[in-house]
Amino acid sequence: MSKKAEIRAIKTAAEQGLAQAYAAARDTLPGKGAVAALREDAFREFDQRGLPHRRVEEWKYTDLRALMRDAVPLAGVPDAAAKARAKAAGAALAGVDCRRLVFADGAFVPELSDLTPEPGLSIGTMAEALAQGDAFVAAHVGKTFATNDVALALNTALMSDGAVIRVAAGTTLQRPIHLVFAAGSDTASAAFIRSLMVVEQGASAIVIESHDGGAMQVNTALELVAGDESKVDHFKLTQGGALHVASLMVSIGARANFTTFALTGDAALVRNQSFIRFAGEGSHGGIRGVSLLRGEDHVDNTLQIEHAVAHCDSREQFKAVLDGESRSVFQGKIVVKPHAQKTDSKMMTRALLLSDDAEAYNKPELEIFADDVVCGHGATAGALDPGLKFYLMSRGISDKESEALLIQAFIGETVEEIEHEGLREAVMNQAILWLSRRA
Amino acid sequence: MSLLEIKNLHVEVEGKKILNGLNLTIEKGQVAAIMGPNGSGKSTLAYVLAGKDNYHVTEGEVLLNGESILDMAPDERAAKGVFLAFQYPVEVPGVATMTFLRTALNAQRKTRGEPEFSTPDFIKLVRDTSAKLGVSQEHLRRAVNVGFSGGEKKRNEILQMAILQPVLAVLDETDSGLDIDALKTVSEGVNRLRSPDRSMIVITHYQRLLDYIVPDVVHVISKGRVVKTGGKELALELEATGYAQFTEAAA
Repeated sequence: MSKKAEIRAIKTAAEQGLAQAYAAARDTLPGKGAVAALREDAFREFDQRGLPHRRVEEWKYTDLRALMRDAVPLAGVPDAAAKARAKAAGAALAGVDCRRLVFADGAFVPELSDLTPEPGLSIGTMAEALAQGDAFVAAHVGKTFATNDVALALNTALMSDGAVIRVAAGTTLQRPIHLVFAAGSDTASAAFIRSLMVVEQGASAIVIESHDGGAMQVNTALELVAGDESKVDHFKLTQGGALHVASLMVSIGARANFTTFALTGDAALVRNQSFIRFAGEGSHGGIRGVSLLRGEDHVDNTLQIEHAVAHCDSREQFKAVLDGESRSVFQGKIVVKPHAQKTDSKMMTRALLLSDDAEAYNKPELEIFADDVVCGHGATAGALDPGLKFYLMSRGISDKESEALLIQAFIGETVEEIEHEGLREAVMNQAILWLSRRA
Repeated sequence: MSLLEIKNLHVEVEGKKILNGLNLTIEKGQVAAIMGPNGSGKSTLAYVLAGKDNYHVTEGEVLLNGESILDMAPDERAAKGVFLAFQYPVEVPGVATMTFLRTALNAQRKTRGEPEFSTPDFIKLVRDTSAKLGVSQEHLRRAVNVGFSGGEKKRNEILQMAILQPVLAVLDETDSGLDIDALKTVSEGVNRLRSPDRSMIVITHYQRLLDYIVPDVVHVISKGRVVKTGGKELALELEATGYAQFTEAAA
């Protein structure tokens, strides 16, 4: 029986462009057999449903079909100039001793990457793993969190490269891993990045993704498996002038500690969607983010947190600072499954509006099917307190500096939760840099 | 030349006239008490001097060292040496007291074209000053006024005053909410800052504060203007007779 909902509108230019890109690249994208079949299925999903739009609940405030006017060509192999730019990227973390793995236009650049061997750590690329039909990658890709999200399907159809990281059981990584994703040129091109990180039982790792997308359309996805008793801290720093859609899929084992922190600033159009499942009992999760918006920036942080088992706690805290005519979106859905008793979950989102023309959409949601849980959420949106500002100014601090101090304090509450001192400072310094450029 | 000259000052707040042709002159080094009943315009005067928004001067002028300050933003006035000790100091979550003090001091110095304090010099200055006022190192680390008791907040105001070294300090009901011990500590802090180069306006309802901070002159405000000026004995007189004579006279 044909359902009315399946009668699709005429495809947009971007949808047609993406379909053409897939048709043209299908035979050269890495992976045959099972990988090719995975791509085909994913593409069919996209082809049937099109780009997500405002009538898709999860995408209501980020109407990708309307916002993405066209699809740009897939990025080619990075040349010397692209590599030179990538070398300078990710400077925000220059003060932190990290293992840098560099990607230019979505492709791995080994000569810019630190591949020094470290016991218990294996590093590979997604392009190679897909091409070789790597069993480890095949066992995980697309399996970390089941979702039929179209943006992720598009990523699966067109995924070209990314990092594949495995931290063996019991290993504590010596340094954070910094995945540097850089635009190699000012030419508009598209990259579909797919990464996988598996941190095995009792292992400990910090991974940072920094994306400077420039004029690129980026669709990136990271699947992260935090094993039993592991400790995993994930950071994502995003800036870019065009379009950036990121999916984070996380599966957390038992008695594990997982945190993620997303800093987004100087980014025109960003969708960070996180799908996080507590799959083992006794684990702790911290899911946080700070977004700094000006001009016509649009930043969307959407969470789906699934408490599938008992005795886990999660803390979600997102802050947005909005200037100009910018628009921030926060959607946080916490699902507590029937057997996930003793779940303790608190979600807070706050927006600070510096301009009359900025808009903040906050939508926290709880779906609780267990009866013995502590769950709460809150949302606020407001301007700077004029009484506080007057107090600071009456002590000689200028208008702009007073505002900067108060904004720093506003986001500081969230940034302070970052355990790693160097990363905490790097994140705060980025925020201060953003503030210093306020007109 | 007088430090501060307020001439025929008329001020409206939210359409309501509060100051009504107020004249007041403060000499250099003078400590002037301003007393008056509730609603007479004492706090309005304090806020107008500091430059708070929504206090509309409809007439008159305020000269500091002969220069009009009414068009200046609050931070510019602070750099010129105006300091307001708030009746209700606000809590500033997320901004450490130490950071706040350093930012304020260096901002003022920068505006005046003076070099910034080095970190060691600044820390020494704050440590010495806070010790005298009984402000603990723990309080300096904490966010400004957050979780401070009423007395601690007032002490923090005087600490800021001692660090910023204003030429004109306006103390708006610094005695309110203080127990007798805190009142003594705060008053001692204020008295240490008395100097031929610094004038103070001490706003209070009660004579009690003036036992500790002895004024050179007492002004009584009623209905937005100064209705009587006298020596420190005027405060004692008011304590005995109350403000009724002035409110009636002005009516």
